[in-house]
This record gives sequence, structure tokens and C-alpha cells, in this order.
Amino acid sequence: MKVLKVDPIRNGTVIDHIPAGRVQRVLAILKPRSTDIVMMGMNFSSKAMKKKDIIKIEGRELTQNEVNSIALVAPKAKVSIIRDFKVAQKSKVEIPEAIVGLVECPNPKCITNAEPMTTVFKLESGEDRQLACQYCERVFTADEMKHL
Amino acid sequence: MNNLISMRDLSADKILQLLKLAESLEKNPNQIDLSRRVMAALFYEASTRTRMSFESAMKRLGGEVIAMVGTAGTSVEKGETLSDTARVMARYSDIIVMRHPNEGAARYVSEQVDVPVVNAGDGANQHPTQSLLDLYTIIRSQGTLEGLNLALIGDLKYGRTVHSLAYALAPFKPEFTFVSPKSLQMPKHILSDLRKMGIPFKEKTKLEKTVKDADIMYVTRIQRERFPDREEYEKVKNAYIITAEMLTNVKDNMKVLHPLPRVNEITTDVDDTQYAYYFDQAENGVYMRQAILATLLGEAK
Repeated sequence: MKVLKVDPIRNGTVIDHIPAGRVQRVLAILKPRSTDIVMMGMNFSSKAMKKKDIIKIEGRELTQNEVNSIALVAPKAKVSIIRDFKVAQKSKVEIPEAIVGLVECPNPKCITNAEPMTTVFKLESGEDRQLACQYCERVFTADEMKHL
Repeated sequence: MNNLISMRDLSADKILQLLKLAESLEKNPNQIDLSRRVMAALFYEASTRTRMSFESAMKRLGGEVIAMVGTAGTSVEKGETLSDTARVMARYSDIIVMRHPNEGAARYVSEQVDVPVVNAGDGANQHPTQSLLDLYTIIRSQGTLEGLNLALIGDLKYGRTVHSLAYALAPFKPEFTFVSPKSLQMPKHILSDLRKMGIPFKEKTKLEKTVKDADIMYVTRIQRERFPDREEYEKVKNAYIITAEMLTNVKDNMKVLHPLPRVNEITTDVDDTQYAYYFDQAENGVYMRQAILATLLGEAK
């Protein structure tokens, strides 16, 4: 018999296949509203990833934009929109073409670290998860980035 | 063209248009009138050459210049943000020319103000007016940008001008020889970009053998500060000095370029040879900057 460790949700979003240990970073990006009911699972066993984290959000369907913004920390995440206990829509995350106000520029001499302003990164290569700062023009991999 | 921030924003067509206008302005400086236009020079870092050549360019076209040079005694010292300073300057002027130690500063300012912004150097990032005047100098001295053999010599690791020159020439099928001490070689990511674009290059540590095939020798200064070890610097510092004696076996059309200031990397006896072109290069900066100012102020015909 299959044992469910986390209650199923009636309506909302499930984010599966988050790399173990990154669930809090994903939550920090999604910034749940005070009315959202959120379930968080850590270190579940997974065939593909050995260990993984999961998030379920009751009563909120994430937009594609919100989904994509977690791609930087969870590039292999799978997102399911749940309606009446059934998977209504399943999608993979994809790093968006422009990442606005989400991550800090690792270049200490970049103007974004000197002025009160919003960072903007452009996707340089999706495969290597490389992002170019719109301001200092340097290219970094997603793992070098610190989330704001 | 609304601003000039980075060479990456310029198409080959736009570059050729600016080169053409610079040439036309060199021949006939009176064709464009920028009288009653004001250029604000916003220089957070000292620079004599770039700033004065911009001032000369603006004034020779009849325009006026206001300037902030260095931050001492200005509102910047009181803690004003770059955005506020720039927005005020934009109210005083028709175009902003700026140099700033932070990379990306000019791009940011261009998003904050309604007047055109010219990047006159943002940290180690871009210095597009230098790249354009280098291109103008090369086309003026060689008659073409296509298929040239260029030796870039000296500090290729930190030299911003040689980095952008490599990219700026890329569409014109160049062949490069990079001559530098091992510790100051061209950065790997630039070499990998050149490989991707199919541009042939050689890396050398010795100067002598590269000289005879070159159409252009682009010389940069090796700075003592770049060497953690004084001994290491002493070993290499004289290995990249161009002397008149070395230039006996070169192509007739070969020209020596240098962004200046030089210290000792080109001996003064080279100045009297037909190969010296660095002072012409400095003069070309004025024509190129005239072309840039006129274009951005909507006066280019």
C-alpha cells in the first residue's frame, strides 16, 4: 500500500523534484502570502535524485512566471497544478529570458551592488544555466548567484 | 541610436556609419552645428585624454561643455546617488558623457535619464569610444578593416582596450597574434569566443618573430602593479619595448598604435619613423567623438 507522507491537496500547486536542501530557497522565491496553506517536504527518497524536497501550496495556482523563477535553484523541478485532487496541468521549469530583481550580481564592482536598484539578468545559455548581468555584462552560472 | 554604452549594442552597419561620419567630419568639420547644445561631462574618475578629447570634439562643433571631474567637493561626497546626480545633470544638458568606476554605471544612467548617454569607461567593462576611435584609426591607416593581421602587445589580461578591439574587429575577418608575458595573457573566455567565431590567433611570449607579418602593432603598457613579484616584472618589462631598430623588417603599411599614455614601451626614436601612428590615433579620437556626439544629438546628416 502506498503511504502518503503529505496530505494530498484539493486545489493548488505541487512542486516536485526540488534538489534536497533547497526547499527553503524555493519558498523564499515564491514568497507565500499569509493566507496560503503550504506543506513542505524534505529529504524524500527519489529514484532519479536519491533525495528530493517537495512543496505543496493549497489554494494557489502558480503562474508560469512564478514557476520559471524557481528554475535557477531547482532546474529539474516538476510543477503540477491540482484541481479537485487531480493533476490538471504538469510542466517543467524553464529559466526565463530575463530574471528581474531575483538575484544579486556576484561582481562586487557591478553598479547593481553600489546603487539602490533592481538587478536584471539575461539568459545567456539555458543548458549551462548561464546568466549575463544587463549592467556589468559579466556572465555567471546560476550556482554562483545569491538570491535577494 | 539613443545611447552609446557598449560595443555589443552596435551592429557592423552602425559602426561603419560612424566611421564614415568621422571621416567626413575630419575633411569638413563645419558641416555640423551643435551651437547652444550643452554636453555634461560626468567624470567620477580622473581622465585627461578622454575628457579633453570629448570637450574638444563638442567645442569644435560649436557646442558648450559643463563638467564634473572627480567627486571631491561635489554632491556625490554628500552621499547623493548616481541616479540623482545624473538626473540633475540631464536637466542641465543635452547629452551626458560619463566615466564611473562601477561596471554597468552608464547603462544604468541611460535608463534613468531622457538625454543620450555616452559611456566613457565603466570600470573594467567597456570603453566604446576608444574602441571606435581605434577602428577609425585602423581604417584610416590601412584603407580597410577587412582581413588585417594585428599583433596586440603587452598587458592583454587587464587591458580593456585590447579586449574590445578584438571583439570590434571580429566581423571583419582579422588574424591576431597576442604577444604578452604568460601572466598577462588574453583571458580564456575571450579566446574561446574568438574560436567560436572562427577567428585565427596565435599566442606568443616573444615579440621579435611576430613583427614582420603585422599590418598593425597595437601596444599597451605593462603596469608594475599587475605583478605580485617585483623580480618577475623586472624580467619581462623590457621584453615588450618597441624600438626603431626592430622595425627594419616590417611591412610598408605597418602602423604602431597605442592608446597612450606611454611610458617606455615605445621608444621615442619610433616617433620619427613612418610607422608611428599613435599621435594620429589620439587626434582621430576627436573626429570619432564628434561623429558620436552629432549622431546622438540627431544632427548627423
